[in-house]
Amino acid sequence: MSQHESTYKPGSRLEHWMDERLPLMRMMHGQFVDFPTPRNLNYLWTFGGILTFCLVVQIVTGIVLAMHYIPHAEMAFDSVEKIRRDVNYGWLIRNVHAVGASMFFFAVYIHMARGLYYGSYKAPREVLWILGVLLFLLMMATGFLGYTLPWGQMSFWGVTVITNLFSSLDSIIPGLGTKIVQWLWGGYSVSTVTLNRFFSLHYLLPFVIVGVVALHIWALHVVGQNNPTGLDIKTANDSVPMAPHAVAKDIFGLGVFVILFAWFVFFANPLVTPPHIVPEWYFLPFYAILRAIPSKLGGVIAMFSAILILVFIPWLDTSRVRSARYRPIFKWCLWFFFFSVLALGYLGGKPAEGVYVAWAQFFTVYYFAFFLLIMPIVGVMETPSAMPRSIAESVLGGSGRPTGAAAAPAKH
Amino acid sequence: MTLTTGMKTLAATALTIVALPLMAHAAGEGPQIERQKWSFAGFFGRFDQNQLQRGFQVYKESCAQCHGLSRIDFRNLVQPGGPVFNEDAVKGLAATYEVQDGPNDDGKMFKRPARLSDKIPPPYANEKEARSIHNGAYPPDLSLIARARGLEYHGSVFAHPFHLLKDMVAGYQEGGADYLYALLTGYVEKPADFKMVDGMNYNRAFPGHQISMPPPLLDGAIKTDGKPTYQDGTPATVEQMARDVVAFLSWAGDPKHDERKRMGLLVMLYLLITAVLLYFAKKRIWKSAH
Repeated sequence: MSQHESTYKPGSRLEHWMDERLPLMRMMHGQFVDFPTPRNLNYLWTFGGILTFCLVVQIVTGIVLAMHYIPHAEMAFDSVEKIRRDVNYGWLIRNVHAVGASMFFFAVYIHMARGLYYGSYKAPREVLWILGVLLFLLMMATGFLGYTLPWGQMSFWGVTVITNLFSSLDSIIPGLGTKIVQWLWGGYSVSTVTLNRFFSLHYLLPFVIVGVVALHIWALHVVGQNNPTGLDIKTANDSVPMAPHAVAKDIFGLGVFVILFAWFVFFANPLVTPPHIVPEWYFLPFYAILRAIPSKLGGVIAMFSAILILVFIPWLDTSRVRSARYRPIFKWCLWFFFFSVLALGYLGGKPAEGVYVAWAQFFTVYYFAFFLLIMPIVGVMETPSAMPRSIAESVLGGSGRPTGAAAAPAKH
Repeated sequence: MTLTTGMKTLAATALTIVALPLMAHAAGEGPQIERQKWSFAGFFGRFDQNQLQRGFQVYKESCAQCHGLSRIDFRNLVQPGGPVFNEDAVKGLAATYEVQDGPNDDGKMFKRPARLSDKIPPPYANEKEARSIHNGAYPPDLSLIARARGLEYHGSVFAHPFHLLKDMVAGYQEGGADYLYALLTGYVEKPADFKMVDGMNYNRAFPGHQISMPPPLLDGAIKTDGKPTYQDGTPATVEQMARDVVAFLSWAGDPKHDERKRMGLLVMLYLLITAVLLYFAKKRIWKSAH
């Protein structure tokens, strides 16, 4: 993995024996115990661990739910209700899984916003970032597929609306879109066949996510973590070992996150119909972009572009300063970008009529302008503000040396 | 933008939602509805067993002729967290219904009295029969009705996100109950200039104000010894019956409600204490690093 050498010392004879054959413990120790983490990480950096937790929770609860769920158009909804009513703690497992999907997206949006704000997509972290975009796409696919499984009214409309997006391809090559839609459905209409394949894929994709997460973490450990200053680790003083420091912080962050999670699982789970057909909240910004474009094909292209454009931002951003903290103009453009995404999210949940469409168009234009104009231009013309000389200086002040004898990091 | 739309939709998908109110909702015509106080609201909310018993009586007297309750078994009426009727009484009640069973050893289907393990038999053989009886209208099954309905927001656009946030923080989940109560008590005289379709009834809570269901709760529908009261002495006014039956339907939609909130309290307490301990552990570990 990284250039960093593991300080692992096998203790027992068994550990020695194993270390000579498969140095798994050496690798784990090097990557997750004495791995150097920037000493100035804030709580936004705990979301990587939180997301891993979410993935595990979704897989574990999902496997149990799959034991009781029946992927059949006539029986799916009843089987979900049976889980809620008759399966032991089925209500709890199902709540955790359904709320868990939302918490997963909540965490991933914070994680992505963190990456944007502190420039975690810039060299040398481009591959790490692109793997993240891929994970986001996989999550969206998995979330959508899972949302269809209860096969009630909302699921049914969801499937119909989303799969029908592909029929817009008919306007490029007549018949192509229709063929693709039929191929997705497995027939001439949405049916049990469709539900079955969606279930199969919903079970498959999380394990693909696990694989890409492994690559994501690998890439992270090759280049090391970014940090709020965006500076590289230069001396031992700039970092603390991952265990116990970063681990303790991660676990506390996770502890707070789980409280929020539990609140939604047990108490704030209103279970009411939205008055009109809307997708899940986490799709709403992209749904707003889809509907902001008057042409169907154009809307579909805009929606997918809105996600895929993230792949290119390591090269669209021309500034060599990573952290928005030291970029006086870009910082405000970025805050307005965050506001635009939230606004699009709100508008995506509103009927596509009148003033809502006009506003959605305004924010859509800004969404793309931010990446295509602001990132390249502001990067060139902006004068960055004064930066600390090192990570250590940014937290410890002046000399960049820890105060007090107990603080000597040499003993790590 | 709520975190919980997922839950909402998952659950909401439940029922045959008649197209008309759906469209009326979409057009934003739903009238403003007042929120009610419920014993099952909030962090410490629990169903009131007596109210659920009264509510079941109202369902049986006033709703069951037209509306099924297909996801409730007779045994659910005995289980904790629900109305908790006396088991023998429910056995007796079940025996007054006939269900089809079989085939027997001769290969014939046969009828037998219902048992605790049976579902409450539906009032119709199928949807077609229901529609033919009701002039084309389909009285929906009520098992999930309290979860399949909700309130519409009527404030300003800018306050909406904060309104959603407030409801999340407060754990507001009684939108369905509030709507149903408003609907059941919403049969009032129609405004003079309001045009009605033949055979429809005016209701101030129903989106579009025209509902095929005639007023289901009438004074005197429930009587004990000739007086309009329940057996426990509670006066059986329309408001009271509406309140009770809505509580009962809320339970029918979410029979694990009490268990969920009871466990939730302990889980929250455990997590809060754990988080505090984790915070101090973190602080101690980082002491040497600052």
